[in-house]
Amino acid sequence: MLKQIEGSRAVAEAVALCRPEVICAYPISPQTHIVEGLGEMVKRGALAPCEFINVESEFAAMSVAIGASAAGARAYTATASQGLLFMAEAVFNASGLGLPIVMTVANRAIGAPINIWNDHTDAMSQRDCGWIQLFAETNQEALDLHIQAFRLGEELSLPVMVCMDGFILTHAYERVDMPTQAQVDAYLPPYVPRQSLDPAEPVSIGAMVGPEAFMEVRYLAHVKQMRALELIPGWAEEFRRAFGRDSGGLLHSYRTEDAELVIVALGSVLGTIKDTVDAMRERGVRIGVLGITCFRPWPQEAVRAALAQAKQVLVLEKSLAVGLGGIVSNNVRTSYAGAAQAVRTVIAGLGGRPISRASLERVFAQALDGTLDPVTFLDLDRGLVERALAREREARRSGPIAENILRDLGVVGARIS
Amino acid sequence: MFQIRIHGRGGQGVVTAAETLSVAAFLEDRYAQAFPSFGSERTGAPVVAFCRIDTREIRLREPVLNPDALIIQDPTLLHQVDMFSGLVPDGYILINTTRSFDALGVGEFVRGFHAEHLCTVPATEFALKHVGRPVPNAALLGGFAAATGQVSIESVAQALREKFSGAIAEGNVAAAREAYDFVQREIREASHAKAD
Repeated sequence: MLKQIEGSRAVAEAVALCRPEVICAYPISPQTHIVEGLGEMVKRGALAPCEFINVESEFAAMSVAIGASAAGARAYTATASQGLLFMAEAVFNASGLGLPIVMTVANRAIGAPINIWNDHTDAMSQRDCGWIQLFAETNQEALDLHIQAFRLGEELSLPVMVCMDGFILTHAYERVDMPTQAQVDAYLPPYVPRQSLDPAEPVSIGAMVGPEAFMEVRYLAHVKQMRALELIPGWAEEFRRAFGRDSGGLLHSYRTEDAELVIVALGSVLGTIKDTVDAMRERGVRIGVLGITCFRPWPQEAVRAALAQAKQVLVLEKSLAVGLGGIVSNNVRTSYAGAAQAVRTVIAGLGGRPISRASLERVFAQALDGTLDPVTFLDLDRGLVERALAREREARRSGPIAENILRDLGVVGARIS
Repeated sequence: MFQIRIHGRGGQGVVTAAETLSVAAFLEDRYAQAFPSFGSERTGAPVVAFCRIDTREIRLREPVLNPDALIIQDPTLLHQVDMFSGLVPDGYILINTTRSFDALGVGEFVRGFHAEHLCTVPATEFALKHVGRPVPNAALLGGFAAATGQVSIESVAQALREKFSGAIAEGNVAAAREAYDFVQREIREASHAKAD
């Protein structure tokens, strides 16, 4: 059924269609509307049987999800930013124990300076925690990925993080096609856990493992993620047959057939990139786009094949590995058969900085004419940076950087861009 | 694609206006996208929200930099925020005020625009009259429908009934309808003045 609703609402309805039995929630922007929507559905009995648990922190949220999942319940939670960091220890435990929890991460920057807006730093900080990480391009894909996530996670006994851009998607009203309960029930069978805590058949989950077997347990986690790479394309195809649309899968190529320059990105910025690429294509520029839907496991072979024709690769990423450059870029380099220096990094959109077509077209053109630096910061205000550096040169007690820069800017209110 | 930027202050329903407008366009079987600005949304602080309407899927996620229409919910922002930034040459401006563009001090700025695209509407007064609260967003959507013809007043009314319920919904619909009639009259007068 077609609906014009907020992205958070769409995800809440899709999660409800997956019949979660335990939802634990701790509010943090920009994720809050999702669990609010689910809480309201549980309260009025629209989602039953389901226990909605307000916990006292994100650490508790993930711990409760672990307990629920270990007891054999289908468990869901959502978080963002500092909330994800606060639950990090439990996040690793969930994957280490092989519990198929599904969690939405409404991607948001990490402080300091405190910033509630979108980038991918939160999800990227957990990229090696053993969870499957899927990134949604649109609200339609966000809701579809949640349905796929439960299936994928439960089949492999692995937790799945569905990442969607905070505010840009979570707070955007756009058209979505909401599946029916019957469609979701046909695609997502009831949860049959591989392990569960049952008083009738007592087991322990979470043994201490020493040097004699720790490596093997970790290796098996790796094997399961590798198996996900084999299964995801087939399930996306099955999803397409059942629901009539392409959502999920490992990655999506757009106009890459004869592209000399391929732009690689994750999440909602792909839409703006595609519009920019269309405009450049009309002028005869051979440029295409590779959208990564599945970031973990990293689709090594699929990315290699998708970039086989590209002479140059530009990775546009909303996170920064301070002291190195790009995180996604480094993953892409391992999959690119050409020279490593042909893969350039553009850091963009940190802390919610808008990414415009005009700015994208400028860096794409620079990449094509060979003038783009290996690591570039899109729309960086050099003047502000110079003033801050000058202050530090001039005085030992130069003061806090963020406050000084805000004073330089004279920030008063909402900016258009 | 038709792009709208809505300026106001936190508490005036700026984001709700953009969302409701997107629902109205959706009801007319078009694609629409509404989203808030990425600024601080505190009561009284300047707030911006955006809406795009198109006949095909909208992929663009940048803020509305070149609006086809501006809805200004609070004229006290006129000299505080660069609200006219990027407005297309034949764009529409709709201001919530009882005063004229000249009296607001922006007459000179809007001189080059189509007279029929420049509208004022006492939306706060209509809201007080019909809803009992000074929230001008619904009335401005009625005015927007009249000024631009991008959505019908019936779709605006239906969208308001989806967003609100009961007496609040009906009050907002009444405010939107009165603003719609008001702006229609205003445009007729502007085009007569031009003909004279």
